[in-house]
Amino acid sequence: MALSKITSITGRGVCVPGNDIDTDRIIPARYLKCITFDGLGEGLFYDVRRNADGSEKPHPLNEARFKGASVLFSGANFGCGSSREHAPQAIQKYGFRAIVAESFAEIFFGNCTTLGIPCLAASRGDIAAMAAAIDRDPSAVVTVDVAAQSVSVGGRAYPAAIRDSARDALLNGRWDPIGELIEGLPAAGAQAAKLPYMAV
Amino acid sequence: MSQSLFEKVWAAHTVRRLADGQTQLLIGTHLIHEVTSPQAFGMLRDLGLRVAMPHRTFATVDHIVPTDQFSEPFADPLADSMIKELRRNCAEAGITFFDRATGRQGIVHIVGPEQGITQPGTTIACGDSHTSTHGAFGAIAFGIGTTQIRDVLATQTMALGRLKVRRINVTGRLRPGVYAKDVILHIIRTLGVNGGTGYAYEYGGEVFDRFSMEERMTVCNMSIEGGARAGYVNPDETTFAYLKGRPYAPKGAAWEAAVARWRATASDPGCVYDDTVAIDAAAIAPTVTWGINPGQGVSISESIPDPSRASTPDEKASIEEALAYMKLRPGAPIKGTRIDVAFLGSCTNGRLSDFQEVARHIKGRRVAAGVKAIAVPGSQGVGRLCAELGIDRVFRDAGFEWREAGCSMCLAMNPDKLVGDQLCASSSNRNFKGRQGSPTGRTLLMSPLMVAAAAISGSVADAREVFSVNS
Ligand code: SF4
Repeated sequence: MALSKITSITGRGVCVPGNDIDTDRIIPARYLKCITFDGLGEGLFYDVRRNADGSEKPHPLNEARFKGASVLFSGANFGCGSSREHAPQAIQKYGFRAIVAESFAEIFFGNCTTLGIPCLAASRGDIAAMAAAIDRDPSAVVTVDVAAQSVSVGGRAYPAAIRDSARDALLNGRWDPIGELIEGLPAAGAQAAKLPYMAV
Repeated sequence: MSQSLFEKVWAAHTVRRLADGQTQLLIGTHLIHEVTSPQAFGMLRDLGLRVAMPHRTFATVDHIVPTDQFSEPFADPLADSMIKELRRNCAEAGITFFDRATGRQGIVHIVGPEQGITQPGTTIACGDSHTSTHGAFGAIAFGIGTTQIRDVLATQTMALGRLKVRRINVTGRLRPGVYAKDVILHIIRTLGVNGGTGYAYEYGGEVFDRFSMEERMTVCNMSIEGGARAGYVNPDETTFAYLKGRPYAPKGAAWEAAVARWRATASDPGCVYDDTVAIDAAAIAPTVTWGINPGQGVSISESIPDPSRASTPDEKASIEEALAYMKLRPGAPIKGTRIDVAFLGSCTNGRLSDFQEVARHIKGRRVAAGVKAIAVPGSQGVGRLCAELGIDRVFRDAGFEWREAGCSMCLAMNPDKLVGDQLCASSSNRNFKGRQGSPTGRTLLMSPLMVAAAAISGSVADAREVFSVNS
């Protein structure tokens, strides 16, 4: 399986502010009743975007000026809560290709990396500055540079960090580890044979 | 050299180092359920891969099962298609499925231990964040995403970065009326909902030495709410006694050998932790959450925080957001908050001892008028034991609905849901916005006995007063 090398993402941005945005909020549990991930994009942030009757609430993703954005900005501990991969899947299916936040919950971060969605952490002040720039000019070009570990908005660059292992995996096109894991199958079998509880 | 349990288990399961620096880690036991696995089987099919070690995967159905409907097809066609899909996937791959007809069905984190599948010194993975529960046995247990389920199905391994270990010592004795649930809510409140990022939590100290396996499971269960990737307790005599004679526990000579191995897997005295935290058991009170994350809790005698007294602008904003959603008055005592629903169950507190402890106190008492109270055993096994002991009767007599095994009102994937902005006293583990099925529903997390006290009082109450627990 040849995977693409993800070195940078360029597009437009939108900020969904707030800390501790959990995966229940990203994709409400009722959308988990499915046997494929298709169509999940419609459920993204559903309960904070829409009223029970389907009418829209005020939410950045409902604003026409942010439509088509591919970089999502948010606050601290983004993606906490349930391990549901439905959350990053919904984000990706909606059209986002990178996330910039103050920090990320562990499992969510891992799930995103495996789907090839770079998650970069930036300081609170810088995120506020970038969000303000996007708010002033929603058409501003946003570049998430995985290689250089920076995010730029309308030409102004800010430092951003991504864990080495994830950075390496994205840059070298091995963010989906399945190929490598399969190569390791014989070694895994040998290791299992050494463990009394696994050997049968 | 002295090593922690985590280091020993990690080393024993390391297959090799991957190019990006992560470890290819062998997964001893893989647990699956209907919500997160069907897409993984789909990915496997797309890639033309087979399940590598089907005998190391076990399946159950929990999230979507109705707890008051016993026959299929389920009224909800989506739920029905999910159970059928799981059945088909398990049959095709040769995976053991604890289907409802086996009498062993239940919430995955209750079934694993109950069947003796969860064992010390093993690695466990499951597409569910509360997999940390299994750490109570001295296993290293990870909640994983669907793509990783695919990886484990295809290779019995996954790619993972190594965690740091934080030892959390809870010393002294808990006061009467204070439970394992209060311990973990207190830990999360103290260390924060993301305080555990990058860590596995090793819980120990006198309180854990004395805890039953079920109490240890309650604490390990909510490690994830504290941001930790895993949580565990070193295995000891309590662990071995629990496992002995369970269906999947080793038998005969193999049992003795296993116990010797398990003993050796515990952290060595003097091993070095990346961090250590001490908590005084006597300082822990019955705890209730007032907000929209599990770290937003207060002891029963405290008041709901007032944003105007927050110490940082961040804290102020988060209190304001929570109170706006929860429709609670800043500065008001948490005690006396009216409730609409009481829910007893979930993988945190849906075990025999949870129902036993509540039954002991609610005998002869009645749920307050206007409160909907439901009690849901975490597994068919728990349900059977409760029936044998007459516990289901006690609950019914007190005005609780007694249900069949499942996740029920812990989350919104089956017919048990909050309606409108109902306020629920809940023994579950998450109080996120909309978690219990209504986008405006409200959840207060607390121990099972505190849920019972709220059900009987019609409002949040101190269980020690309601049930005259001596303190
Ligand atoms: S009881 Fe709740 S937390 Fe536990 S597995 Fe079920 S839905 Fe998840």
